[in-house]
Amino acid sequence: MATQHSRSAARVMMAPAVVLLLGWMLVPLIMTLYFSFKQYLPLRGGDLGWVGLDNYVRFVTSSAFWPSVVTTLAIVGGVLLITVVFGVLLAVLLNQPMWGQGIVRILVIAPFFVMPTVSALVWKNMFMDPVNGLFAHLWKFFGAAPVEWLSQASMTSITMIVSWQWLPFATLILLTAIQSLDSEQLEAAEMDGAPPLSRFAYITLPHLGRAITVVILIQTIFLLSIFAEIFVTTQGSFGTRTLTYLIYQRVLESQNVGLGSAGGVYAIILANIVAIFLMRIVGKNLDA
Amino acid sequence: MGQIQLNQVTKRFGSVEVIPPLDLTIEDGEFCVFVGPSGCGKSTLLRLIAGLEDVSSGHISIDGVDATETPPAKRGLAMVFQSYALYPHMSVRKNIAFPMRMAGIDEAEQNRRIEAAAKALNLTDYLERRPGQLSGGQRQRVAIGRAIVREPAAFLFDEPLSNLDAALRVGMRLEISELHERLETTMIYVTHDQVEAMTMADKIVVLRAGVIEQVGSPLELYHAPRNQFVAGFIGSPKMNFIEGPEAAKHGAHTIGIRPEHIAVSAESGPWSGVVSVSEHLGSDTFLHVHDTGLAESFTVRADGEVNFRHGDRIYMTPREDVIHKFDAKGLRID
Amino acid sequence: MARAVTKNRKIINTAAAWAVGLLIFFPILWTVLTSFKTEATAIADPPVFLAFDWTLENYSVVMERSDYMRFLWNSVIIAGGSTILGIIIAVPAAWSMAFVPSKRTKDILLWMLSTKMLPAVGVLYPIYLMFIELGLLDTQFGLVIVLMLINLPIIVWMLYTYFKEIPGEILEAARMDGASLREEVLYILTPMAIPGIASTLLLNVILAWNEAFWTLNLTAAQAAPLTAFIASYSSPEGLFYAKLSAASTMAIAPILVLGWFSQKQLVSGLTFGAVK
Repeated sequence: MATQHSRSAARVMMAPAVVLLLGWMLVPLIMTLYFSFKQYLPLRGGDLGWVGLDNYVRFVTSSAFWPSVVTTLAIVGGVLLITVVFGVLLAVLLNQPMWGQGIVRILVIAPFFVMPTVSALVWKNMFMDPVNGLFAHLWKFFGAAPVEWLSQASMTSITMIVSWQWLPFATLILLTAIQSLDSEQLEAAEMDGAPPLSRFAYITLPHLGRAITVVILIQTIFLLSIFAEIFVTTQGSFGTRTLTYLIYQRVLESQNVGLGSAGGVYAIILANIVAIFLMRIVGKNLDA
Repeated sequence: MGQIQLNQVTKRFGSVEVIPPLDLTIEDGEFCVFVGPSGCGKSTLLRLIAGLEDVSSGHISIDGVDATETPPAKRGLAMVFQSYALYPHMSVRKNIAFPMRMAGIDEAEQNRRIEAAAKALNLTDYLERRPGQLSGGQRQRVAIGRAIVREPAAFLFDEPLSNLDAALRVGMRLEISELHERLETTMIYVTHDQVEAMTMADKIVVLRAGVIEQVGSPLELYHAPRNQFVAGFIGSPKMNFIEGPEAAKHGAHTIGIRPEHIAVSAESGPWSGVVSVSEHLGSDTFLHVHDTGLAESFTVRADGEVNFRHGDRIYMTPREDVIHKFDAKGLRID
Repeated sequence: MARAVTKNRKIINTAAAWAVGLLIFFPILWTVLTSFKTEATAIADPPVFLAFDWTLENYSVVMERSDYMRFLWNSVIIAGGSTILGIIIAVPAAWSMAFVPSKRTKDILLWMLSTKMLPAVGVLYPIYLMFIELGLLDTQFGLVIVLMLINLPIIVWMLYTYFKEIPGEILEAARMDGASLREEVLYILTPMAIPGIASTLLLNVILAWNEAFWTLNLTAAQAAPLTAFIASYSSPEGLFYAKLSAASTMAIAPILVLGWFSQKQLVSGLTFGAVK
């Protein structure tokens, strides 16, 4: 359905969105690239000239870099593991016949709608506070010494908070995927004599494969850039400084824009590697 | 008025030419059916006439006026789509009123035309309903109603009956034919169903791969197909084709004989074969015959009462006066 | 085909699901409950669950002290404004992609989605600098623009998916019936797509409401929305559980309600249609 007229109308109507996004992508990107080759300290002399690849080298050789990569990977990996495993189990559970399914669904999905600063603060104070937190009460009740969660077990704590936020997302998507499984397939497997566990392993799980991949990719992109959760809990101390947080500190706290920008370029490259895989899946779906 | 003329019209999608240069004239008041297998370009041709696609070259004129560059809304044509394309958020009344609203016709006149169309199409009781609350046949009528009120120069139908069940299809077929008799407006009707083409058309245009294979009245096409393609496409069950020595006897590369032009007998006849399947329709019996030595498969229409079974050997006699002869290129030999 | 399940099995399922559901929901529940306690009860050991003197005092204190209404208003303006602006820009674009697809449509769509994957921190300074230069720092307008841009790909995507489900023949029928392009979009496409537009609106309001990178880094006192308001409670002197809970409850309640309505759209919206 296309005449010359409608095609040119289409181009005009698409232009605002395309131009805006192009600008939104290119302008900051080019500026970041520009700064990354400069010694640029806004509060200490401003633009101090070109330094070539210095910032890139300095960023990766600084003592903070590798720990931040490890921290990032640990948080992303931990959250992915928890949300995918529990997400699958929860999706299977919620797909069973029961009373009040709709309400349970609502309860499970709720954390996703809580703004990150709220969930971080609530967990930090009301659950993980070593004196007044609910966990401290619980530990004392069983006669154990309360844990100073955010300093002694900082990584576990952050992973826990972030997992709580993202588990609903994983569950909801996997539940949607499970519901699209043709129940006749499961019945056929049952007729073929497969016990429940095998049916799960050979039918349900492979069916979920694609959804799991999507969950992993999308979460990875969002998790690579978690910010508020760290900002309001540990401020990057106790070994919770992720790559994102490190860059943020370089740029806004120590105002070393050149160095921070070089870090930003690394972050962009990293995110793009993940994005390529995600786009491939989305693209395939567009054809179908 | 609605005479439509296509002059050297072509259509290319990218580098693919779906319609090579084509000439066609549809006379005012004519019921013209485009028929052909799927992908033959019949719908594209209709959309070119409608203006929903641009022609790549050539000219389309309506009533002698060049309309090649005219946008669809200004061509004065009305179209009934395969999916009916009713506006789901509007009542039947508003659906029918929409083209008049766009044309700025005053409300009293709108209502007059809506009432008239509703009466003619048995929709009076449904005017306030939404399309979603109607049956397939009723939706079809609304789509026709929406087309009628515009008082167009010509109606374009794009496979309008293909979403209806068999019984309804026969009914709607009659209604559309009656509508044509009453309005005497040009109608162009696209279908892949040769039965629809045969029963409704004044003029049939048989298309294959964007090329017009033959234009003519239903009976012209049936009695004198110009080539083997038209011969095989028009008529049901399909014409039987025989090549080789049997065809050579008639001085042709291929001969064709329609299933209804063959007499069967259990005892004697020039051709013989073994029944593989016999389909009893009550009025007729279709015998699918193998091992004839003439063609891969062979169909014969026999009387409803014959009682041949799978495996029976039968003898067949063709009516010599209706054997169609074709040359090596598939063209008719007279 | 569904099949009768034994009653026992159903009871076990129900019990397990409810237990897990309540466990996951518990932090929210606990926050809401604590918001009705006095500060003393809020930190009582052992914790009190329901048997306490319910009070609304925390809510009135929070609203008086911290100019809560201004933060709320900022959140409403920023989330609502960015979404509406985004939809106005996205409707024509989505119309083009859905109904006049070309060879490049798919690439453009994927490219748009890929801009969503750009890590914010990578472009933090340039945006920060531009905001200072343009006087947009700590303004509602600046945040409306930024949040509109980061959500625009999702808005275009969601509208595109909804528009795709509208048969092109209906728009062609309108064209045959004499509708101009503007009339076609206004009288036919938009009314038909109302449900889709509504759910797009809903999901994007939620995403913008909860956005906590740009809202924290590009605002100070004037344009700060609720995300920043809550973050201000992280300093130790602000540490009052009951009041923190009241503030939190007020910040998340509207979005929880909206969110429950938009569960279905959430999946296709956030997975870019890769999971249906």
